[in-house]
Amino acid sequence: MKRKLVIIGAGMASGRALEHLLEADADGFDITLFNAEPRGNYNRIMLSPVLSGEKSYEEIVTHDADWYAAHGVTCRFGEKVLRVDRDRKVVVGENGEVPYDQLIFGTGSSAFIVPVPGHDLPGVVAFRDLEDTTAMTNASGTPGGRAVVIGGGLLGLEAAAALRMRGMEVTVLHIASHLMERQLDPAAGYLLKKDLERRGITVLLEASTKEIVGEGRAQQVNLADGTELPCDIVVMAVGIRPAVALAQDSGLDCGRAIKVDAQMRTSDPNVFAVGECVEFNGNLFGLVAPLYDQAKVLAATLTGAEATFAMKELSTKLKVTGCDLFSAGDFAEGDTREDIVFRDPGRGIYKRLVIEGDRLIGAVMYGDTADGNWFFGLIKDGTDISEMRETLIFGPAFQGGAPVDPMAAVAALPPEAEICGCNGVCKGTITQAIAGGATTLDDIRATTKASASCGTCTGLVEQVLAVTLGDDFVIPAAKGICGCTDLTHEDVRRLIKSQELKSQEAVWQELGWSTRNGCHVCRPAINFYLLADWPLDYKDDRQSRFVNERNHANIQKDGTYSVVPRMWGGVTTPDELRAIADAADKYNVPMVKVTGGQRIDLLGVSKDDLPAMWADLNDAGLVSGHAYSKGLRTVKTCVGSQFCRFGTQDSTGLGIRLEKILWGSWTPHKVKLGVSGCPRNCAEATCKDVGIICVDSGFEISVAGAAGMEVKETEPLAKVATEDEAVEYTTAFVQLYREHARYLDRPYKWVAKVGLDWVVDQIADAAARRALVDRFEISQSVYRTDPWAEHARPSERPAWQPLADLTLEAAE
Amino acid sequence: MSWIDIGHIDDIPLRGARTVKTHSGCIAVFRTSDAEVFATGNACPHKGGPLSEGIVHGTRVTCPLHNMVFDLATGQAQGADTATIATYPVRIEEGRLLLDAAALSPSQAAA
Ligand code: SRM
Ligand SMILES: Cc1cc2nc3c(=O)[nH]c(=O)nc-3n(C[C@H](O)[C@H](O)[C@H](O)COP(=O)(O)OP(=O)(O)OC[C@H]3O[C@@H](n4cnc5c(N)ncnc54)[C@H](O)[C@@H]3O)c2cc1C
Ligand code: SF4
Ligand code: FES
Repeated sequence: MKRKLVIIGAGMASGRALEHLLEADADGFDITLFNAEPRGNYNRIMLSPVLSGEKSYEEIVTHDADWYAAHGVTCRFGEKVLRVDRDRKVVVGENGEVPYDQLIFGTGSSAFIVPVPGHDLPGVVAFRDLEDTTAMTNASGTPGGRAVVIGGGLLGLEAAAALRMRGMEVTVLHIASHLMERQLDPAAGYLLKKDLERRGITVLLEASTKEIVGEGRAQQVNLADGTELPCDIVVMAVGIRPAVALAQDSGLDCGRAIKVDAQMRTSDPNVFAVGECVEFNGNLFGLVAPLYDQAKVLAATLTGAEATFAMKELSTKLKVTGCDLFSAGDFAEGDTREDIVFRDPGRGIYKRLVIEGDRLIGAVMYGDTADGNWFFGLIKDGTDISEMRETLIFGPAFQGGAPVDPMAAVAALPPEAEICGCNGVCKGTITQAIAGGATTLDDIRATTKASASCGTCTGLVEQVLAVTLGDDFVIPAAKGICGCTDLTHEDVRRLIKSQELKSQEAVWQELGWSTRNGCHVCRPAINFYLLADWPLDYKDDRQSRFVNERNHANIQKDGTYSVVPRMWGGVTTPDELRAIADAADKYNVPMVKVTGGQRIDLLGVSKDDLPAMWADLNDAGLVSGHAYSKGLRTVKTCVGSQFCRFGTQDSTGLGIRLEKILWGSWTPHKVKLGVSGCPRNCAEATCKDVGIICVDSGFEISVAGAAGMEVKETEPLAKVATEDEAVEYTTAFVQLYREHARYLDRPYKWVAKVGLDWVVDQIADAAARRALVDRFEISQSVYRTDPWAEHARPSERPAWQPLADLTLEAAE
Repeated sequence: MSWIDIGHIDDIPLRGARTVKTHSGCIAVFRTSDAEVFATGNACPHKGGPLSEGIVHGTRVTCPLHNMVFDLATGQAQGADTATIATYPVRIEEGRLLLDAAALSPSQAAA
């Protein structure tokens, strides 16, 4: 006698269970399959590519009519099950009853709809089934159609990207402060947001939907902050709720979903459940991997075999073509947890591993997810990673045979292992170069370009040399920054990024500084690295700055200071000149000098007078010229096309525009620009850190010049047609310099180390270039301010005076 | 000893210094950690650099003009340099900074 088996829901979980069941016992069951959707099982997770148009519905069907017929499954598709009468052991569908011996709930979930006013208007859809997908596809047919997607999780973003691919204007509203907050940390969420924005999707974070309004259908979404978003369709993708009502009504034991044991049995021994409608040990499910495990267990249970369901770690990938994102395990922060982070901002790569004890428990990666599954394996297997901890973040390619000894690890690397990421040089190329006669690091750099760019792989290259040459090669002892540490500037910069060190304390502690808080050599450098890498997290520390930068004026040999107000592009006005003259009189300035940087220097001011003098200059609209800073100094310009008979472009205007963008930014050493209106080059642009020569057809941008202790002509970076591009390239170059150079290397020194080619490549890549500009802007949101105005505030002024004057007291 | 109140500890930035004008010259008062202060002469023996404007690290200061480093407790120049700066007794009482006036008085300086 065949057992009568009824299944409610033809979803991904029950579909898989059916396959296992029929495989184990093809003739044991008389099966009836109900499905509320008017179709059989399809690969629901592939609805995203169907929505984007990359796949058709037909391509994602997993079980077609022939399959059901061949396996003798009675299909009741498009028929909802209304009730289950467990006493009589019958299932009541819309078209009548079916008796069962055993019953399976595979009802899945339904989309959660936020009950805001207007949520029930036509045009508000979820993203769960083919009907939803079709509704969205139809809406996208309207030319210039606009979609608002509520929810910045996996589903919402897949819907947003797909609708964008269909040509809609898409806005994503997300309630949290970063996207996919359950799968990603803020850093990866940030990269994802940028990626989506680059595709033309607008992302609004911390956006709270107030209502959906419209005449007879959804036409606009209003946010709590007053923002109004006109639209043609609203997609709600805020979450799912297990479809549990039917089970509840039939008296099964339910929590948030249908409670099952490890054999997928509900509180009724003849009733089973599988898929997203299940609650196991308090856990709910939303991804298919565990559902497939459940399906296997269920089939075994039904055929009398032994099987037990157990929870496993999950990994997530976002199915948006071009967004490389992977997350697995648990990566909440905790006292007992440690992070290893690797970032390559230039390539938009971010990887973070979370370690607890000797185990990897979580991994998030963005941009390069190739090693995702390897990390996922380590998480699932609970592998002891203590031996490979140092190199873990670099993935399996770096895990040699005997990882304890770095030399052995390098020796074990296969020839195709990449050593130099910047130039794509693998170990084999380096060993060949050695076979060809290279014996030093410089030889390798010259012949292979390995370690000739950012330099972070220098240690590895040296190890390859040592392993290959044996005793003939002695790894040069790297020179530490100062007596406080053996680490080099490059090491420290890399570690600040990779270990996410965001405070001086973190650097001292984690990098094993031998002094309490550094010294006058390392502290200004660390302060700069921290503020350059973490502009929003780290606050500039005045006490770590050299006197000039702390006091925003140049100290003179007699302890007085010089004050240089900014003259944008060297242009001034009679009013400004009058204010400068007045200040010179009022504060008895012994010398007023025109500087080599096209502005005026007031020399010999006493410290006590600085704030008052700044306040006077501020009143006339003058701000700090940063003549004292490792930061943007001057942008020298010539008169250009405004007046000069040879001028080809508005060099003065461009210089002023650049100065207004770049001012206030801290850099590894000072940065000076020149913009000349024609190749006669009256602004001496070709010996500046960035020099722009205007020509008829556009702008020749060159970099890495110098005219101080060394004199060096600039080298070409790019030639561009428009002023906007000139600004973008220049800003990107300055940011690249900020992110990579060692403290106190002028751009020409840094470019000599990393190679002009590398710099040109970074800037030439449009995406990387824009990312650099974006990061510069983030930093400037903090630093594009006038420090003089800050210190001239009445509340700040006492700090510029002596703490006490005992000469007065004694006189009384 | 005669202790004079010169201000509150929070008037001096952490790892920074302020000056006190006295008849026997300018004194620099350094705050090296939350509740650790030192007082020394402000002028560098090399070329008069204002030590109060130097970078304060550990219990040392680096002269802002040419980088001589002094230990604030002993007044000794560090490394190869040989020079000493005057040090003065200073203490903290309920957050107030007290400087020993006796050590500053012209008679004392002459003695
Ligand atoms: C004021 C000025 C001289 C003048 O009277 O014209 C000047 C004055 C000083 N220069 Fe300069 N430089 C001045 C233009 C220049 C120029 C010309 C230019 O910018 O077009 C150069 C050569 C171009 C270059 O930078 O490549 C120049 C190359 C230097 C250097 C060598 C830098 C190098 O990398 O080789 C130093 C030393 C340093 O920065 O380490 C220096 C350092 C200094 C310092 C800051 C020395 C110091 O540490 O105290 C001087 C501060 C004087 C003060 O208190 O104001 N100054 N200095 C000029 C201020 C320009 C401005 O408006 O901001
Ligand atoms: C657009 C999209 C993308 C996704 N991407 C991924 C991904 O990349 N990776 C991943 O792991 N997961 C993904 N998921 C989640 C995954 O699809 C679900 O976890 C999986 O489909 C759940 O399977 P299930 O069988 O439990 O439920 P379902 O597949 O939802 O099947 C349940 C079925 O039961 C029917 N039903 C419910 N109640 C009744 C009733 N009373 N009578 C009759 N029939 C009923 C429903 O109509 C439905 O067809 C995605 C989901 C969506 C919607
Ligand atoms: S050239 Fe020398 S002396 Fe003249 S301003 Fe520059 S640093 Fe001072
Ligand atoms: S004045 Fe102090 S080191 Fe020169």
